[in-house]
Amino acid sequence: MKSPFLQNALRAIVWVIYGALAVGIVWGVVLLVRANGPVYFMQAVVDGVKLGFVYALIALGYTMVYGIVRLINFAHGDVFMVGAFASFYAITQYGWGFIPAILLAMVVCTFLNVVIERVAYKPLREAPRIAALITAIGVSFFLEYFTALKWVFGADFNTYKRPFEVVVWNVGGVLITNITVIIAVTTTLLLLALQYTVKNTKIGKAMRATALDKPTSRLMGINVDAIISLTFAFGAALAGAGGVLYAIAFPQIWTFMGLMPGLKAFVAAVLGGIGNIAGAFIGSLLMGSIDVLVVSFVPAGSRLRDLFAFLVLIVVFLVKPTGIMGEPQVEKV
Amino acid sequence: MAAQPRAETGNGSILDISRLTKLFGGLRAVSDFHMAVPEGRLYGLIGPNGAGKTTVFNMITGLYLPTEGSIVFDGRDLVGVDSHHITQAGVARTFQNIRLFQNLTVLDNVRIAYHTHAEYSMLEAVLRLGRFGREERSLSEQAQDLLAVFGLQDRQLEVAKNLPYGEQRRLEIARALAAQPRLLLLDEPAAGMNPTESESLMELIHFIRDHFKLTILLIEHQMRVVMGICEWITVMDFGQVIARGTPREIQNNDRVIEAYLGKRMGKRI
Amino acid sequence: MQRRRAIPSWIPTLAVAVALYWLVSYTSASARITPYWYNVIQLAGIAAVSALGLNLIYGFNGQFSLGHVGFYAIGAYGSALITKDFVTKWSGGQVGALSWIIAGQVGVLAVLFVAQRIRLGAIRKALQGALDQFMKSHESWMIVTLVSLVLVAFSVAVGVALAWGLQRGLVFALGGLAALPEKAAQSIVFVLALVNGGTMAALIAYLVGLPLLRLSSDYFGIATLGLAIMVYTALQNSDMVIETMKGARGMVAIPRWTTWSWVFVVLCLSVIVMRNLIWSSQGRAIMSVREDEIASRLMGIDIAQQKATAFAIGGFFAGVAGGLYAHLFGFLHPSTFSFVKGFDPLIIIVFGGLGSMTGTIVASALFALVIEGLRVVLPQGFEDWRFVIYPVLLLIIMLVRQQGLLGTTEWGWLRAPLPPERDVAAPVPVVSPAGAGGTEEA
Repeated sequence: MKSPFLQNALRAIVWVIYGALAVGIVWGVVLLVRANGPVYFMQAVVDGVKLGFVYALIALGYTMVYGIVRLINFAHGDVFMVGAFASFYAITQYGWGFIPAILLAMVVCTFLNVVIERVAYKPLREAPRIAALITAIGVSFFLEYFTALKWVFGADFNTYKRPFEVVVWNVGGVLITNITVIIAVTTTLLLLALQYTVKNTKIGKAMRATALDKPTSRLMGINVDAIISLTFAFGAALAGAGGVLYAIAFPQIWTFMGLMPGLKAFVAAVLGGIGNIAGAFIGSLLMGSIDVLVVSFVPAGSRLRDLFAFLVLIVVFLVKPTGIMGEPQVEKV
Repeated sequence: MAAQPRAETGNGSILDISRLTKLFGGLRAVSDFHMAVPEGRLYGLIGPNGAGKTTVFNMITGLYLPTEGSIVFDGRDLVGVDSHHITQAGVARTFQNIRLFQNLTVLDNVRIAYHTHAEYSMLEAVLRLGRFGREERSLSEQAQDLLAVFGLQDRQLEVAKNLPYGEQRRLEIARALAAQPRLLLLDEPAAGMNPTESESLMELIHFIRDHFKLTILLIEHQMRVVMGICEWITVMDFGQVIARGTPREIQNNDRVIEAYLGKRMGKRI
Repeated sequence: MQRRRAIPSWIPTLAVAVALYWLVSYTSASARITPYWYNVIQLAGIAAVSALGLNLIYGFNGQFSLGHVGFYAIGAYGSALITKDFVTKWSGGQVGALSWIIAGQVGVLAVLFVAQRIRLGAIRKALQGALDQFMKSHESWMIVTLVSLVLVAFSVAVGVALAWGLQRGLVFALGGLAALPEKAAQSIVFVLALVNGGTMAALIAYLVGLPLLRLSSDYFGIATLGLAIMVYTALQNSDMVIETMKGARGMVAIPRWTTWSWVFVVLCLSVIVMRNLIWSSQGRAIMSVREDEIASRLMGIDIAQQKATAFAIGGFFAGVAGGLYAHLFGFLHPSTFSFVKGFDPLIIIVFGGLGSMTGTIVASALFALVIEGLRVVLPQGFEDWRFVIYPVLLLIIMLVRQQGLLGTTEWGWLRAPLPPERDVAAPVPVVSPAGAGGTEEA
C-alpha cells in the first residue's frame, strides 16, 4: 500500500466515481425536469415545500417535547386533528374568518395538550420510558376513537370549508395559490416567533436548560413542571395552526387524519435531529419534498409515497443515525 | 530509582502500551502514554480525577479507539479489535460505576461470563439434549465455586440490584474473574469502602492474583490500597505520565504530590 | 438456600395446558360456545405466539421494536402463497410457490454464508485501515464500498445459482406429495407453509436487523415502525408484483386449515422453545444485552450478533403466528397489518409484564377477551365505545401498575430452573460473608 503509484491510482478511481455520480445526479435531475416539463417540476417543488411547511409545524411540537422529556408524544398528530376540527366548526357554524379560526385552533390545542400532559404524562415522569410511551399511544387511540363517536365529531369525512376565497396565480406556468402563500407566511411567522422565544427570552433559556439537565435546572430555581407544560403548550399551538393550514390545503378532515401526517412529521423531526428546532424544519422540508416528488415522478407514486418516505428514513439512519443536525450522544463509561 | 520488576517467567510484558493518545475533538484526554506490565504482576495506575486513567482502560478494552499508539497484549495488537474479542483473548475489567446486570441474579451475572466457553449450541439448549444438561451443570458449579470464594454463594439467587454496595463490588470482581482472564483491570474497586473493607479487599486482590494466576492492573484513589499492594505505580495527570516507580518512590515524588495537592501544600501522603 | 420444590414444576403446567385444550375443544364441538367465540379464542392463541416473539425482542433483549406486525404480515402472506398454490395449482405446478420460497431462502442463506466465509467484514476493516493512512475518510469509504459491492455481487451470484438449482430439485422432490392421501399432504404442506412463513420473516428480520440494531432505542423503534409501514405499503400494492396477492383488494380463497388443535400445538411449541431458550446460556446472553450492553461486550458477548439473532427468532414467531392467522379466516387484507394494529403485541407484552412469558400469555387472552367481550357487554349501537374504553383501561393500568400484570414473575414450568444444590467448600474463603466488603447490616 505504500507505493505512491498505487495510492494515486486509487485516489484517481475515487474521483472518477465521484465525477460519474455527479454527472449521474445532474443527468437524472435534467431527465426529471424534461420528463414532464420544467413547469411540472417546479410545481412539484412548490407543492413539496408547501407540505413541508405544514409538516414543520407538527414536527416542532414533537421535537420540542422529545428534547425536554424524551417522550415521543404519539398523541401529537391527534392534537393536530382536533385543531382542524375546532376551526372547522368555527368556520362552518359560526362563520369565523381565517385569523380568528386559526387562533381558536391554537388555543384549543394548547389547552388539550396541557391537560393531556398533566393527566397522563406527568404522573409517569419517573417511570420507565415505555410506560409513558404506551400511555401516549393510549391517548392517541382515545382521541381518535372518542372523537369518531357519533355525538362528538363523527366517523365520516367532512369537507372543510375554506375561510377565504381561493386565488390562483399563474407564475410562468406554475400554479401558486394564495393558500400556499398563506401557509408559507403563517409558518414562517410562527417559526420566527418560536425561534425568538427560545433563543432570546428568559423562558426560552429556561426551556433549553430544562432540556439539558432537569435536576440542575430545578436547583437554579426554574419551575421545571411549568416549563414542561409550557413546552407542550407551544408544540400544541403550532400543531393546531398546522391542522388549520393542512385542512385548508387538503380540505377533507376526519378523526384519523392526524395519523400519517403526524408520523411523517415525527420522522421529519428525527431526520433533522430530534431535539433540534432547525433540524425539524429542515427535515420537514425534506419529507414534504420527497412526498410530493415521489407522487409526481415515480410511477404509481401516489400509492408508494409512504414506502419512499420511510425508505429515506432508513437510509438516513444507516448513514447518520442522529439525524442531519443531530449530535451524537456519547455514553460515559 | 529502583528498577521496574522483571517478569518472573522472563517472557517480558503481557501488556505493552506505547505512544497511546486519545483526542476527543480538541481535548487531549490521554497523551503519549507508555506502560509495560510484566506477567503476574500487580501494577497500579493513579492520578487525580480526570487524569485519563479510565480512558486508558477503555482503550485497552476496545471501548474507545485510540487516536494514536499501540496496545499489545500477549503479543497481539488490540487496537481496532472488538471489545468482545478482547475479552475472549483474556482481558477482563470492572467499572468505576458498577455495571452489573442489575435485574439478573447473582449467579446469572457470573454464569454469563461462561457463555463464550459454553459447549452447547442454541439448538441443544432448546431441545434440552444431553449435552445441555451436563454443560449447564458444570458451568453452574464453576460459578457457584467462584461465588463461594467471594462469600456470595448464599446470595446466588438474589437479584443483583438488591445487594448491598460492597457485595455488588465483590460480585463485579467475581464476574470479571469468571471470564477467565489473564489480565484483570480493576477500576477503583475500593470506591466507597471504609478502611476495614479496604483491608479485606487488599487481601482479596492478593489472593486472586496468586490463586488465579493473573496479572492485575489497578486504578485506585485510596492511597492505602495502592501503596499497600501495588508493586509498581504509574502516575498520570492531564492525560500524561508524570511519574513511575515503587510505592515508596511515588510517595516522595514532588510532582505527584503537587498533582494531588497543588503547589503550595507540600505534605507527605 | 431455597428448598427444592416438592412437585416437578412441569406437572401442574401440563395439567393446565391439557385442561385448557380439552375445555376449548369440548365447548366448541358441543356448540356450547359459538363459532364466533371459537375464533376469538384461536385469535388469542395466535396473538400469544406473536407476542411471545416480541417479548423476546423487547422484554428479554431490550430492543424496542415497533415493527413486529411487519413480520406477522410476511408470515401470513408468505404461508398463504404456499397453500393457495398447492390447493389451486395457480402457478401451474402444485408446489411451484413452495419450491421457489424454500430455494430462495436457501439462496439468501448461501449469500450470507459465502459473505461470512470470505470474511467480508474483516476485509472491509483491513482495507479501510490501510487506505485511511493516506486517504481522507470519504475517499476510502468509496473504495471500500466498491470492493464490498463486488464481493457481495459474487456472493449473490453463488446464492442465485444455488437457489435456481435447488428449486428444480425441489419441484421434483415435492411432487411426491401428490402421491400421498389428501389429508396427509395438506397437513404436511400446512406445516411447511407455517414454517416457511416464519423463516421468511426471520430471514428478513436478521438482514434488516444487522444494520439497524446499532441504533439506540428510540431510533430503532422508529426505524422498525418505518419498516412495518413499508411492508404495509408494499402489501397494498402487491398486485403489481404478484397478482394473487391482490394488493389492497385483499387476498382471498386461502384454505381455512387453522383449528384450535393447530393453534394450541403451535402455542405449546412456542412456549417450550422460548422457555428453554431463555433459561440457558444463550438466554442469559440475550438478557445481558438488555441490562448493560457495554458490560455484556466485556463479558465476551458479540452483542450485534445477539440482537440480530433475538430479533430473527422473535420475527420467526410472528411469522408463524401470521401463518395461522391467514388460514383462520381464509382471506387477508392489508389493513389488518397497519402499524396501528402493530401496537397490539406491544400493548400485550407491556400489560402482561415485560420479560414474563406467563404474563404475555395471560395478557394475550385478556386482550382478546376484553376487546371482544366488550362488544357483547355494551348495549346495541355502542360497540364503537370499545375502542374508547380500551385505551382508557390501558391508561389506567399504566398509571397504576407500570410493570404490568406479572412484572417479571413466571408460573409453573416457565419459572427459572434452580441451580444445582450443593454444599460448597470454598478453596480458601478469603472474604467471610458477614465480614468486610459491605455496609454492615444493622
